Amino acid sequence: MGSTITEKILAAHSGRDSVKPGELINAEIDVIMCHDVTTTPAIDMLAEKGLSKVAYPERVVVMPDHFVPNKDIQSAEMVAKIRRWAKEQGIEQFYELGRHGVCHALLPEQGHVRPGTTIICGDSHTSTHGALGAFSTGVGSTDLAATLVTGELWFKVPETILFRLTGKLGKGVYSKDVILEIIRRIGVDGALYKTMEFTGELIDDLSVEARMTICNMAIEAGGKSGIINPDQKTIDYVKARTDEPFELLYSDPDAEYSQIIDIDVSELEPIVAFPHLPSNGKPVSQVGEILIDQAYLGSCTNGRIEDLRVAAEIMKNKKVAKNTRMIVVPATTDIWKQANKEGLLDIFMDAGATVSSPTCGACLGGHMGILAAGERCISSTNRNFVGRMGSPKSEVYLGSPATVAASAIEGKIADPRKYL
Amino acid sequence: MTGKAHCYKRDHINTDEIIPARYLNMDKESDLAKHAMEDIDADFLNKVKDGDIIVAGEDFGCGSSREHAVWALRGAGIRAVVADTFARIFYRNCINNGFLAIECKHINDKVDSGDELTIDIENGIIINSSKNEQYKFLAIPGFAREIIDAGGLLNHIAGKVK
Repeated sequence: MGSTITEKILAAHSGRDSVKPGELINAEIDVIMCHDVTTTPAIDMLAEKGLSKVAYPERVVVMPDHFVPNKDIQSAEMVAKIRRWAKEQGIEQFYELGRHGVCHALLPEQGHVRPGTTIICGDSHTSTHGALGAFSTGVGSTDLAATLVTGELWFKVPETILFRLTGKLGKGVYSKDVILEIIRRIGVDGALYKTMEFTGELIDDLSVEARMTICNMAIEAGGKSGIINPDQKTIDYVKARTDEPFELLYSDPDAEYSQIIDIDVSELEPIVAFPHLPSNGKPVSQVGEILIDQAYLGSCTNGRIEDLRVAAEIMKNKKVAKNTRMIVVPATTDIWKQANKEGLLDIFMDAGATVSSPTCGACLGGHMGILAAGERCISSTNRNFVGRMGSPKSEVYLGSPATVAASAIEGKIADPRKYL
Repeated sequence: MTGKAHCYKRDHINTDEIIPARYLNMDKESDLAKHAMEDIDADFLNKVKDGDIIVAGEDFGCGSSREHAVWALRGAGIRAVVADTFARIFYRNCINNGFLAIECKHINDKVDSGDELTIDIENGIIINSSKNEQYKFLAIPGFAREIIDAGGLLNHIAGKVK
C-alpha cells in the first residue's frame, strides 16, 4: 500500500520510512511563523518556564498582521514585545511595517513556503500553504511555544480525504466558489482531524494563488490541513522566490484515503455562504434580495493580486451603490504596490471604495471596518460566525472577490457573471 | 471532579463566540474571563462558579486557533468541557494547557443545565447525580494524559529542553 503526500512529508520529518494514520509522531518543523496575536502569549509562557531560548532562529518568520498598523496601545505593546524578543533571539526574518502583510499571503509570496516542508503557525488558516505541497497546520500558542524551543511538535498522523475535482469553471466562478461548495456539501466538521487533499483537472487548471484559496479554507471544514501535489506551476512559483532547495513528494497512486469525493465543477454557480456558518452556501441565483451595508475585499483567503484584478475588472467605470461602502485591503505590501502600478487602486477609489494598508483587520472584527448592530457585509473572507466582523447583531455573507465587487455596485448581493 | 453543568444545546460553538477577537489584544486569564461567552450568553459570568463544567454538542471550539478561548473559560472558573466532539486545534489547546476536554457521544441530549456532574477520569465515566445516570466516555489517549498530568505541554517538554 502506498502513502499520501502528507504521510510522506510527516515520515521524512520524523525519521521514519513511513507513517500510518493514527500514529503519534514528533515531527521536525521547518518554518515557524509568528504573528502578533498568538505569539505574545507564547513568549510570556516560555519566559515564565525559564525556557526562553529559541532552538532554531533561522526557521522563525515573524509577521505581525492582525492589528497592524497597531490599532491601540495594547496591540502596540504586543508588537513591541515581539520586536524585542526577535532581536534578543537573533531572529532576522521580521516583516516590519512597510514590508508587512497578512501572514498567509506574505509567507509564500516571500519564498518561505517550499514543497515537502513542514510549517506551523498559531493561526487556523495556516492550512493555506498546503497549496504548494507542504504540510502546514494551525496550532495554539502553547504548541507554538514548544516548537520554538524544540524545533519539533507532536502530531497524530491524519487520515486523508481525497477530493477529485473535474470539469472547467464557468465564467464568473472561482476557486472560492469551489471551496464554499465543498464546505456546503461536507459541513463545517466534515473533515474533522483530517487532511483534505485536492486533485484533478480543475486543480491542474488553477493558478497557485487560486489553489491557496482552496487550502486556506480547509479549516472551515474542520480539516487539519489542505494539500495539493506539486506540479510545474508550483515549482515555477517557488523557484521565482527562493534559491533554497526542496524535495518534491507526491501521493502514490495506491495511497489509502479514508474517503474519496468526486465533484464536477462544470455547472457550479457563484456561491454565497449565509450567516452564520461557512457551510450555509447557496447558489447566487437563489440568494434573493439581500441589501448590504458593506463590501469587504481582502484577507488571507482572497486579498491577492488576482483577486484584486477580477474585482477591478468588474468595477471599472462603475460606482459603489448609494448606502453601501466598500473596503479594499490588498493582503501584502507587494500586492498593494502591484495593484497600484496596474491602476487597480484607482479603479476602486474612482468607484468610491477606500483602500487600506495590508492587515487582517476587519476580517476577524479587529479594526478598519467593524460592523454595527444590524449591518450586513458581503465579504471575500473565510468566516461568517456570529460577531465575526463586529457586532454580534451584524451579518456576514461570504463570496468570491467577483461577487463582492458586483454586490458593491448593486448595493445588494449580486451575480458577478453579468459584469464579465 | 464535580461541578454544575452549563449546557449549550447546539453544535459548532466557535472560538469567536467563546472569546471575541476584540479582546485578543490581551492575554491574561483574568482579563479574558470577563468576556468569556459574552456574545452567546450575556449571563455566563453570573451563572458560573469555580469548578463548573460546560456541556455542548459537536465540533466544540471550531474556527480560530486562539488559545485565549481555553484561558477565558478556565479564568471564568470552568474546569472541563464535555462535548460530543471537539474541533482539533481547540482540543490540542486543552491538552496542552492541562485542561479537560472530554468527548462523550450524545452527552448533549442527556444533560441539562444545573445537573451536577462528576467526571471520573480513571474509569472513563461521568456521573450525573441530579438524574441518577452514568455516561461512558472515550478514554483520554495515553500521550494526552501524560501532558495533562504534567500540567501542560511546556512542563512536559521542560526536561527535554533543559
